[in-house]
Amino acid sequence: MKKLSIGIFSFTCDEGCSMQILEVFNNKFKEWENLIEIKHFRLISPRKDIEKLDVAFVEGAISTKRDLEGLKKVRETSKKVIAIGSCAINGFPSNQRNFFDKKVKQKIKPFLKKFNHLENVEPIKKFISVDGEINGCPISEDDFIKVLEDCLIEFGVKDA
Amino acid sequence: MHKDFDLKIENMSKIEGHASLEIKVRNGAVESAKLIVGENKRFYEEAMRGKPFSTIPQMVSRICGTCSIAHLTCATEAIEKALDIKPSKQTLVLRKLATLGTILRDHAMHLYFFVLPDIFRKPSVFEFDKAQHKFLHDGFSLKAAGNKITKLVAGRAIHAIYSQIGYFSKVPDKSKVKETIAYLKNVREKVFDLIDVIWNCDFSFKRKTNYVALADPSFAFLEGDLIDSYGDIIKEKDFSNHLNEIVIPYSQGEGYTFKGEEYFVGALARLNVNKKSLHENTKKDLKKYLNVFPSSDIYHNNLAQAIEMLHCIDASLDYLEFEFKKEKKPEIKIKKSNGVGVVEAPRGVLYYKLSITKEGKIDFGTLVTPTAQNQIRMENDIKLLVTKLLDKPEKEIQHEVEKLIRAYDPCMTCASNFLKIKWI
Repeated sequence: MKKLSIGIFSFTCDEGCSMQILEVFNNKFKEWENLIEIKHFRLISPRKDIEKLDVAFVEGAISTKRDLEGLKKVRETSKKVIAIGSCAINGFPSNQRNFFDKKVKQKIKPFLKKFNHLENVEPIKKFISVDGEINGCPISEDDFIKVLEDCLIEFGVKDA
Repeated sequence: MHKDFDLKIENMSKIEGHASLEIKVRNGAVESAKLIVGENKRFYEEAMRGKPFSTIPQMVSRICGTCSIAHLTCATEAIEKALDIKPSKQTLVLRKLATLGTILRDHAMHLYFFVLPDIFRKPSVFEFDKAQHKFLHDGFSLKAAGNKITKLVAGRAIHAIYSQIGYFSKVPDKSKVKETIAYLKNVREKVFDLIDVIWNCDFSFKRKTNYVALADPSFAFLEGDLIDSYGDIIKEKDFSNHLNEIVIPYSQGEGYTFKGEEYFVGALARLNVNKKSLHENTKKDLKKYLNVFPSSDIYHNNLAQAIEMLHCIDASLDYLEFEFKKEKKPEIKIKKSNGVGVVEAPRGVLYYKLSITKEGKIDFGTLVTPTAQNQIRMENDIKLLVTKLLDKPEKEIQHEVEKLIRAYDPCMTCASNFLKIKWI
């Protein structure tokens, strides 16, 4: 039986949205266990498979070159990319450094340079095309369930 | 003798946040062991400056999706101390419940999803075999139990909405209290199966250190003084006088010493200095396991967390019997002031100091997270462990090191936010 292959990716943020997905699993995992295959979810699995994903859920804003490379790879290998949470969609609150005054920006500059940070922290849509969004800080459990259920139907895993 | 080698683990899984490890072995000796916080700094300490004090608890909640309640509560406490706000008995009960729920949820996450795969020798919970599969579902049930408590009293388990400075904006719904009590009673016995598995596993790594924890007389993770293994008692407001910050050049996080020494904070420290304060039912049912504390075995941090899970259920069952009623919002008078908050986050002592201007803006805020406090000891332990394993295959060394790091239960999301800048 075909399963929906998904990945959950985390960039610059507090990981509250992936935590929220795990909270959704408290009640829904039993039901979804045979319908989804989780190919990438660093928080709970060492599996780092990002090839041929049906759906990638992306949390966090983009703050470093490394974030950016990772994000592009996710886009290339996923049929659908869904931005989850305020950081991925708006950049906020992970982008607070964008709004610092000159003096503070000057002070943090050497640190940013050393760890290859970008000039500003940006939402993911600045760099890649995004197929869907689930807003919130963190996302609501019901919204995630709805989107995942829709994907199960869209990819022919479940009948409408 | 093993020849020279480098061991690199990139983006370790089954821990909170992003971390990498680099070990360098030269001439049969471990030259360096670096645990690198790869989590990108989000500069919360800088971002706090100039913001109205009332926005801070919700803001710092966003430091960590895992222990958001601990940051929110600790910052709230610091503000209340600064502005002489005395929360009511009911507010304290609600705050304790929100915290007990968070600790129950976090420990369940760590033990079932991060630690059990190590014990069962499986890459993750998804690969558990038929007999082990029960623990995956138990893990979800226990996480749900913690969430139910926090949602009931604080509205949400992540970035809670009812917890305010000085009060809670909503009183728990009576029928939901009943439902939560029933759920907790129902899942309580599952914790014994978990404790049994952890107890029977042969992981061990012993090294004495100083253990530091808030010795809350009701073991609710919020009140009391700090106590260390020497029996020294330290007031919350004086804690930072004993800390020294150590800059770690290769990492986006930093480290600390306490009284000039490496030390440990977390569940193991709490049980080492304060096991007498656990709930009576927990103590009665877990006598055999409690006898091992004080312990210098880092793997007993897992056992200590499992014991705390049962305690969180037992203590919550008591607090949920409280007669909750609508209360008035306390009056807040703004003044130029400083306040310190200290709480036990799931992973140990969390410290906030906030300075407020006479206009009610944050002049400066500083915070110390549990993982930053454990960083130095963690690295020293890794070095020692690798030294002991030098003749083993690299794969095994990697497995053992990851296991050890997981026993510490580090949270890189918390560890990365604070860039120490001397403000003039």
